[in-house]
Amino acid sequence: MEAAARMTVLAVENLSKSFGGVHAVRNVSFAVGAGELLALIGPNGAGKTTCFNMLNGQIRPDSGSVRLGGREIVGLAPRAVWRLGVGRTFQITATFASMTVRENVQMALLSHHRRVSSWWPRAARLYREEADRLLERVGMAEQAERACSVLAYGDLKRVELAVALANAPRLLLMDEPTAGMAPKERIALMALTAEIVRERGLAVLFTEHDMDVVFTHADRIIVLNRGTLIAAGRPADVRADAEVQAVYLGSRGHG
Amino acid sequence: MASIVAQFLNGLASASTLFLIAVGLSLIFGVTRIVNFAHGSLYMLGLYAAYSLIDRFGPTPLGFWGGVIGAALLVGALGALVEVAILRRIYRAPELFQLLATFALVLVIRDAVLWHWGPEDLLGPRAPGFAGSVAILGKPFPEYDLLLIAVGPLVLVLLWLLLNRTRWGTLVRAATQDREMVGALGVNERWLFTGVFALGAFLAGLGGALQIPREPAQLFLDLTAISDAFVVVVVGGMGSIPGAFLAALLIGEIKALCIGLGTVTVGGVAISFSKLTLVVEFIVMAIVLIVRPYGLLGKPLAMQRGAGAPVELPARPDGRAMALAGLAVLAALAALPAAGTPYAVVLAIDILVFALFAASLQFIMGPAGMVSFGHAAYFGLGAYGAALLLKRAGLPMEATLALGPLVAALGAALFGAFVVRLSGVYLAMLTLAFAQIVWSIAFQWDAFTGGSNGLVGVWPSGWLSGKTAFYFLTLACVAAGVFLLRRIHFSPYGYALRAGRDSPLRADAIGLDIGRLQWVAFVIAGAFAGVAGALAGYSKGSISPEVMAVSRSVDGLVMVLLGGVQTLSGPLVGAAAFTWLQDTIARNTEYWRAILGATILFIVLAFPQGIVGQLAAWLGSRDRGAPEGMVGWRRRRA
Repeated sequence: MEAAARMTVLAVENLSKSFGGVHAVRNVSFAVGAGELLALIGPNGAGKTTCFNMLNGQIRPDSGSVRLGGREIVGLAPRAVWRLGVGRTFQITATFASMTVRENVQMALLSHHRRVSSWWPRAARLYREEADRLLERVGMAEQAERACSVLAYGDLKRVELAVALANAPRLLLMDEPTAGMAPKERIALMALTAEIVRERGLAVLFTEHDMDVVFTHADRIIVLNRGTLIAAGRPADVRADAEVQAVYLGSRGHG
Repeated sequence: MASIVAQFLNGLASASTLFLIAVGLSLIFGVTRIVNFAHGSLYMLGLYAAYSLIDRFGPTPLGFWGGVIGAALLVGALGALVEVAILRRIYRAPELFQLLATFALVLVIRDAVLWHWGPEDLLGPRAPGFAGSVAILGKPFPEYDLLLIAVGPLVLVLLWLLLNRTRWGTLVRAATQDREMVGALGVNERWLFTGVFALGAFLAGLGGALQIPREPAQLFLDLTAISDAFVVVVVGGMGSIPGAFLAALLIGEIKALCIGLGTVTVGGVAISFSKLTLVVEFIVMAIVLIVRPYGLLGKPLAMQRGAGAPVELPARPDGRAMALAGLAVLAALAALPAAGTPYAVVLAIDILVFALFAASLQFIMGPAGMVSFGHAAYFGLGAYGAALLLKRAGLPMEATLALGPLVAALGAALFGAFVVRLSGVYLAMLTLAFAQIVWSIAFQWDAFTGGSNGLVGVWPSGWLSGKTAFYFLTLACVAAGVFLLRRIHFSPYGYALRAGRDSPLRADAIGLDIGRLQWVAFVIAGAFAGVAGALAGYSKGSISPEVMAVSRSVDGLVMVLLGGVQTLSGPLVGAAAFTWLQDTIARNTEYWRAILGATILFIVLAFPQGIVGQLAAWLGSRDRGAPEGMVGWRRRRA
């Protein structure tokens, strides 16, 4: 199915950012539809992370527009973007080390339900079932009581996914969701993500270095090189694209 | 005109001294990331050592200069010894523990000096060859000060050559950037660190020794020197040597200017600039930090790997056992007036007051991750707020007990708005600056606050005038305060605060406004410190600016760290242990500081997580991963 046929969740137009004269991202445009997994790939230094961080407000673009469900979100802080229904996972997992797995998810739920200003109730008793359902969904229910500081890395990634789902997002932004994981775990995590995306009709944008993961799970792929978009389309088309092959073979040739 | 020039030159001379102390502190911080509280003590030792050496060598040119250099070398050697014997063991410990260890050194050195040199001020001889003065625009100016003016730039140039023209200097600069990488490249960082520490100590000792013709060797110089040096280092930017020089010039000149201006009448209002000298450096620091959060020439600190705060256990809400234990302690405390001596009741009031003070400090240090060097300001605002409302506004004592803390909360709301924009050491220094500003207002506003004498006759209402009645009031307030703080800790707000500390990135990504959360925490902590302050005032019947002096803030820090910063009952145990130890030792020996310092050093080296923290680690439950979690920094060492 092409993006046009789906309801557009995220629409990016002519996004640009330069750092001291270096064009990190130049005139990039794309869209992600509901229920779609869009992969953003490219060699090192192509501008993927910059592009990504502009989408949720961590970096402010020089020009261009980012619309979420038709609403312009450029200039909003990450926390405001989150309130509009954007979940985020990080390349290096970011969880709360002093809390248990369940409490990490409860924390996100407390924020989602706008309860962080209450001083009296016991936080650990609030939204417990809701947190457990999310943990169940990502296969972490059995470890709900463990401290995040002692989890295996692959399990932390699952916790992050549960946290990212806590605000019932329309869009998930996943920066290298499988980085640092063993090959078997990678496939399992992406299969799980794809399943959740389909059942909830989420839109997902992810960056990834593992081409197996990309070509197995992405509905569409966009390719970034030196800040500009050089290809976009279905996996088979992108795989056959001459420029993409040159970029990848080229970068492989250099090391 | 002539007097302005003379003041300008005076400013340059004191800038040189400031630079000598500060540059060593900055260098040590840059490489080892240790904030060396004992740096002022090294400066003081330089003065004392120079006095004794010159006394022994005789006041000949050779004797004088030999004494000065000899003193600096001795202090440098002591620095190396301290680094090898103590600091080397705690480089991987949380930053705060390093701070606590160096503070313990301050106490030990102070008493060692007292023991060896006695309490009297010692005035050294004039420098042979530089004893006279020269006429500048017709006014006499000391020759020795001209010499000092030249020393600052000379040391700056020599340091620059050392750091940029030698292999050792290159390594030092590399370690300032990324010490782990320097280690990975096969450099023996141990000796590098020792060398840097010795050099920093040497410079502090030199700064002190060179003061010998200008000011007597005195016991309190350690704390005044360290607070000056901190200000210079922070204003210049931590780790930046040119920054330290620039900041020393700036502060030296501004202070000289204030002295020179004296009292100026502007539009009928007399402004006493000379009174401002006590506080002007802190005003400068506050302005610089608000405008430039990393100082004039500083850069954001490079990330340090694996040496952050200890990994904290998931906090366990109070179970039935904990509630029972709490009730048992409360019952025992309630029985104290019947069972104990009157003296025990008085001491218990002190302990309770400090327990609440420490608990309020722990609230911002633990869950919010903000270390305050100036928490006494809010203790003091509570005390002064209550006392002034009683004495000046004539409100009933009971009302002032509620309104005093409100004054503290308002102060915390105002200062906190600036404080939460910073982090780490810079944040700590801004809290110190605000505390010093508040302190100097209380110290100098004779007509309103009673100035240095403070306020007397701050007595509670009749029904509370008995010690036992006041004890129960204190117990009730402190128990309620501690209970509320615990409750907040486990509330959604408390969790959100911890979330912002654990991972700002993730907290922001789930909609938490960290700055706002921290600001509210600052206000809460200020209010509870205010309650403690108001109680303290009424328990003594008088207050003085002492209640918000730096030493009070430091006492609070020590209590929290002694107990363990990431434990809720830690500050209570720490406050009790500290207050009781201080009281007991002070009654039995003149050298209570040394004993306290040695005790702190022992605790830091033996229980790096504080008393309660260590107990919790030993008793830690297995199912929540406690043992792995709690041994945080020890584990990383491997």
